[in-house]
Amino acid sequence: MTTALRTEGLSKSWGGFVANSQISLSLPKGARHALIGPNGAGKSTFINLLTGVLAPSSGEVFLMGERVTHLAPHERVKRGMARTFQINTLFPGLTVLESVVLAICERSGAARIWHRTVAGRRAEIDEAWDLLARLHLDRDADRPTRSLPYGRQRLVEIALALAARPKLLLLDEPAAGIPTGESSEIFDVIAGLPDDVTILFIEHDMDLVFRFARRITVLVGGKPLTEGTPDEIAADPRVREVYLGELPHV
Amino acid sequence: MLRPFPTPAAVSPEEDVIRPAGPCERIARLPADRWTLRETAFWLMPVLGYFAFPGYLMLGSQILIAGLFALSLDLIMGYAGIVSLGHAAFFGTGAYAAGLLASHGWHEPLSGLLAGAAAAALVALPVSLLVVRGQDLGRLIVTLGIGMLFFEAANKAAAITGGVDGLSGMEIAPLFGLFDFDLFGRTAYLYSLGVLFLLFLLCRRLVHSPFGLSLRGIKENSKRMASLGAPVERRLVSVFVIAAALAGAAGALLAQTTRFVGLDSLSFQRSAELLIMLVLGGTGRLYGALIGAALFLLAQDILAGLDPVYWQFWLGLMLVAVVLYARGGVLGGAALLAGRIRGKRR
Ligand SMILES: Nc1ncnc2c1ncn2[C@@H]1O[C@H](COP(=O)(O)OP(=O)(O)OP(=O)(O)O)[C@@H](O)[C@H]1O
Ligand SMILES: [Mg+2]
Repeated sequence: MTTALRTEGLSKSWGGFVANSQISLSLPKGARHALIGPNGAGKSTFINLLTGVLAPSSGEVFLMGERVTHLAPHERVKRGMARTFQINTLFPGLTVLESVVLAICERSGAARIWHRTVAGRRAEIDEAWDLLARLHLDRDADRPTRSLPYGRQRLVEIALALAARPKLLLLDEPAAGIPTGESSEIFDVIAGLPDDVTILFIEHDMDLVFRFARRITVLVGGKPLTEGTPDEIAADPRVREVYLGELPHV
Repeated sequence: MLRPFPTPAAVSPEEDVIRPAGPCERIARLPADRWTLRETAFWLMPVLGYFAFPGYLMLGSQILIAGLFALSLDLIMGYAGIVSLGHAAFFGTGAYAAGLLASHGWHEPLSGLLAGAAAAALVALPVSLLVVRGQDLGRLIVTLGIGMLFFEAANKAAAITGGVDGLSGMEIAPLFGLFDFDLFGRTAYLYSLGVLFLLFLLCRRLVHSPFGLSLRGIKENSKRMASLGAPVERRLVSVFVIAAALAGAAGALLAQTTRFVGLDSLSFQRSAELLIMLVLGGTGRLYGALIGAALFLLAQDILAGLDPVYWQFWLGLMLVAVVLYARGGVLGGAALLAGRIRGKRR
């Protein structure tokens, strides 16, 4: 079994408005797959269908071969699906360390424990420090998340997703809202993830997309326009039309 | 200021923490529950009060019981973020359960207390399923409605509850078979203090546990919690039922120590006053609940003595002042002040 994520005719509409239409996608294990498209193309909606935040109007989602279409979001996480949000969705009043320890406790099952203190959870705390060090967040560990600059909050976004030790990682514009110079720091972190983690990411910066993706799906008006390798996508005249020369020349 | 670990507000955001990665330092700022000197001092107060004010032990018991009740609300509101305007439903359930036992031949107090807590937890389970689904406003209305429902049910079932006349004629056996519930309220006071202290320790451990941290996470951002794999609704149901059990224990204490249960134990007024106590003391810090209950009942007692007609006016004024000038209640204001002073000294 090598397919990490598969969707079949996944669709979502609100009233008459079709945000996602018949999206069928298949990602092999270890994929580095980009989902691109203009604003309002339905990319975030697609992520929300995958994670179960939204219920599809029709279609199916399979994770590691298992049909998960009717599972609640938290049950999909337990099966190895983690995500980041386009707009920071963090715990403003918790410190960075508390947030990450919390996320790790959720994964390890310790979060149900009510008769022992957090400070006593050695394994989770050590793991949290390792994760923070990997993301260069360790010096901010004791700061409340809300006091961090936006760019560093984006790293916390990723830290929380990685705490779940995902098999499938869904990144919704991980570098959104931070200056181009700093965005490569975030992608360096992502590039350093183990090969067997499957990654689907949304990104507007074409340089980052073409540097990092091994396959690309272009979504326009809720429909997949085309899918292919970066070279194929860059050469596709329909894609060039949508992007008006933003694509790198090949 | 009696917070067992530093509040986010007390940590200066500009401060760049440079930390050695020694094992001790690594957990320094995580929820632990090392007992502090300040806490010892705090708990000495009710003990000293017992000896200093032997004439006020009945009021003292009421403060301790209200403190336990406020602690219960703090768990669901201060930590898990569930606002409730009907928490008296569980207080009253505990009170009637313990009261009915005592008036029907079961006189032993500790088992009666346990029965009160269990009864409240039992009725809270179906209620919680309704409450956890909603958002703030929905929860406010649902809890309000549930509170009214319970009140009217007890009113209608006058054959069992005594209706507006209340439930009386209880007999409570000596505590541990040794200590009679005396006229001066000595046993009642120490019994209430003991129960409050033990249940406080339980709450204190709970809020510093991974479970407690996950509740704070849900309050901060329930959407993110779900995407971390947390079964948000189940967690909220758990804490709601635990809190209801505490409220039921508080109600049972009141029934046993006063040997009377009135319909007011289920009233909206009681739910609303509870909310005031907690906001007054400060939410999400446990000690705020205790201090708020003490302040509210003392203020009520003193103001009612000074100005029997308009005392609620002064109480209202005090409340507005606290909300306007000391956000986070008395303890929140104190923490802010302490942070300022520390900042200036540096
Ligand atoms: N809850 C909703 N109800 C109705 N319409 C919605 C809802 N959520 C999203 N939409 C609409 O669906 C369309 C797709 O939105 P979506 O957020 O998926 O786009 P996107 O591709 O992620 O865009 P961007 O690049 O700006 O993030 C938009 O037109 C949006 O207005
Ligand atoms: Mg989007």
